[in-house]
This record gives sequence, structure tokens and C-alpha cells, in this order.
Amino acid sequence: MLEFISRMLGRESASSKTVAKERLRLVLVHDRASISPAMLNRLREDLIKVISNYMEIDEAALEFNLCQDDREVALVANIPVVKMKRDYAAKG
Amino acid sequence: MGEVIVVTSGKGGVGKTTTSANIGTGLAAAGHKVVLVDTDIGLRNLDVVMGLENRIVYDLVDVTSGNCRLKQALIKDKRFPNLFLLPAAQTKDKTAVNPEQMRLLAAELKEEFDYAIIDCPAGIEQGFRNAIAGADRAIVVCTPEVSAVRDADRIIGLLEAAELRNPKLIINRIRPAMVKRGDMMDITDILDILAVDLIGVVPEDESIVISTNRGEPAVMDQASQAGEAYRRITSRIQGEEVPLMNLDVPKGIMERMKSLFGLR
Repeated sequence: MLEFISRMLGRESASSKTVAKERLRLVLVHDRASISPAMLNRLREDLIKVISNYMEIDEAALEFNLCQDDREVALVANIPVVKMKRDYAAKG
Repeated sequence: MGEVIVVTSGKGGVGKTTTSANIGTGLAAAGHKVVLVDTDIGLRNLDVVMGLENRIVYDLVDVTSGNCRLKQALIKDKRFPNLFLLPAAQTKDKTAVNPEQMRLLAAELKEEFDYAIIDCPAGIEQGFRNAIAGADRAIVVCTPEVSAVRDADRIIGLLEAAELRNPKLIINRIRPAMVKRGDMMDITDILDILAVDLIGVVPEDESIVISTNRGEPAVMDQASQAGEAYRRITSRIQGEEVPLMNLDVPKGIMERMKSLFGLR
């Protein structure tokens, strides 16, 4: 009941300005870095290829994004490792 | 030695010309010798916003190409003897002027005036490069919309690349009631994203339409909210510290109901 009143008064629904802000943040990261999605995708594939030489990674769970703090842009990758590849691990 | 200030935005229709007219008029009302320069060649409008469209003889291109002397092209304002307009050419395009010519013009204007306000065209092409060429500082106008903020961000990047550091932001056409219910980005949201200094916030106001209809900048209208916002911006340009306008909406019945239910 309280939830219903709450909705009636338009409190809990995600405000459209939050949506606007989030969309802007994302689009600006790319605008500022002048990196095309296609290039980012190639980079991602290359990265997977290189890392796969050394360890087995969970490609599905891989996060790969440009992030931004004020006007500075960083490439942030979160790559879950399933296990080390034995031959490389053995060689040290 | 005067100062050249370019008013720019990237996106069209956010209020560059209205802002230029009001800032220029405000500075003239404060006693400064001011020239407004319309660089939107082919789409001139600062003349109509200022109500000076019937007085144009020569234009910006006539001056930069040496067809006439600067003094011949300057139009004296109806209200202030210390306010002038250099109108854009209407029958040519942006390539009729180049950045080097604009730098020379800016230097000449600085000799003569306390402030030269350059009204920049929309876009990032030659018209923009011309407008910023001789500028000492920049004011970026944006509205609280995704498209305008995005373009403002691009413009800020381009200004910095052109060595015009620390541009100041005007947030135009803010609607306090929409901000209050979370349907419009507020000042903090926009400043978070753009990371620049704010020089003023102008509320959406019917008086702007009315004053533009009449060719009388709203900054002269003591009853206009937007006019008050522009008066404050004018003071800040002159280095005074003025608080932001209070744009709070009065508590309506819904607000009171929310308080009653403890939702706020």
C-alpha cells in the first residue's frame, strides 16, 4: 500500500535525469578518447589473444571498458582467470 | 586595452545569440564601451535580437576584406551610446573570412573597446575557428539536455586545444520544476560531467521570447527572471562575486502531501 502511494507520488521510479547522466558519461568517454567501437573491439580481441597464451581466462565474464575521471580517460579491464596454463607456469 | 570574449556552444539553438546580446547590453549598461560582433556569416541574427536590423550598411566581411573602415560598419545601439554592433554578412558564407583576419580585427577592437563580445555560429568548422581566433576568453552556453552537454564537452576540448583555457559555462533554460522532480539535469550534474567553472544559470523564461520579439534584450527588463540572471553574469564577467539566483520552486500541494507521508 505504501509502495502504491509512493509510486502515485512519483518518488521511487528512476528519474530520467539519472538516465541522461549515465548515457552522457558513457558517450563522452568515447568522444573524449576519440576511439571507435570497432577499434576498441579489435583491441579487446588482441588482448584476449595475448593473455590466452599465458592463462586460461573466462571470456564471457571479461569486462573491458573506458572509464573517465574528470577529463582523464583510463582503460579498465577486469579479466577473470580460470587457471594458469601449465607449460608457462612450469617455466616460471 | 580591452578584452575579447567569445560566446560559443557547439550545438545550435541553445541561446548563444541571446546570451551575447544580453551580456553585451549588460556590460554597456554598466558603463563599459562594448562592441558585439556577429560571426554567423550567412545566418546573421544578432542584429534582430538587438533590434538594429534596419541600420545595417556594411558588415563584418566588408571590414575584413577592406571594403570599408571598421568605424563605417559599426552600428550604434538605440539605447546606449557606448554600445555597438558589427553585423555578419548575410549573403556570403563562413569562408568569406579567415582566422588570421579575425585575429587582426580582434586586435583592432581591443584598442577601441573595453569588451568585444563575439557571437559564434553553431558547429565546429571554419565559422567556429574564425570566432575563437582572436578571443582572450570563452563562454560556453549549454542547456540541460544530453545533446547540448555532449556538444559543450566537445567544444571545451576544442577550446583547450586552441589554447583558450578555463572556459566559463552558462547553463541556459533550466526549468526548476523539472529539476526538482528529477526530470532535468541540475547544475551539479552538468558541472560534474563537464568539469569547468560556472559563470551563470539562466532559467527558462517567457520574457526572453517577448524581449526578442521586441528587439530589446531582457537584461534591461527589471521584472525578467532571465534578465536578472544575465545581470548577475554581467557582474561576474567584470570580476564581481555574485551568488547564484535562487531558482527554488515554491512548495506545491504535492510537496506538502509528500511531507505528510514522510516521503521527503
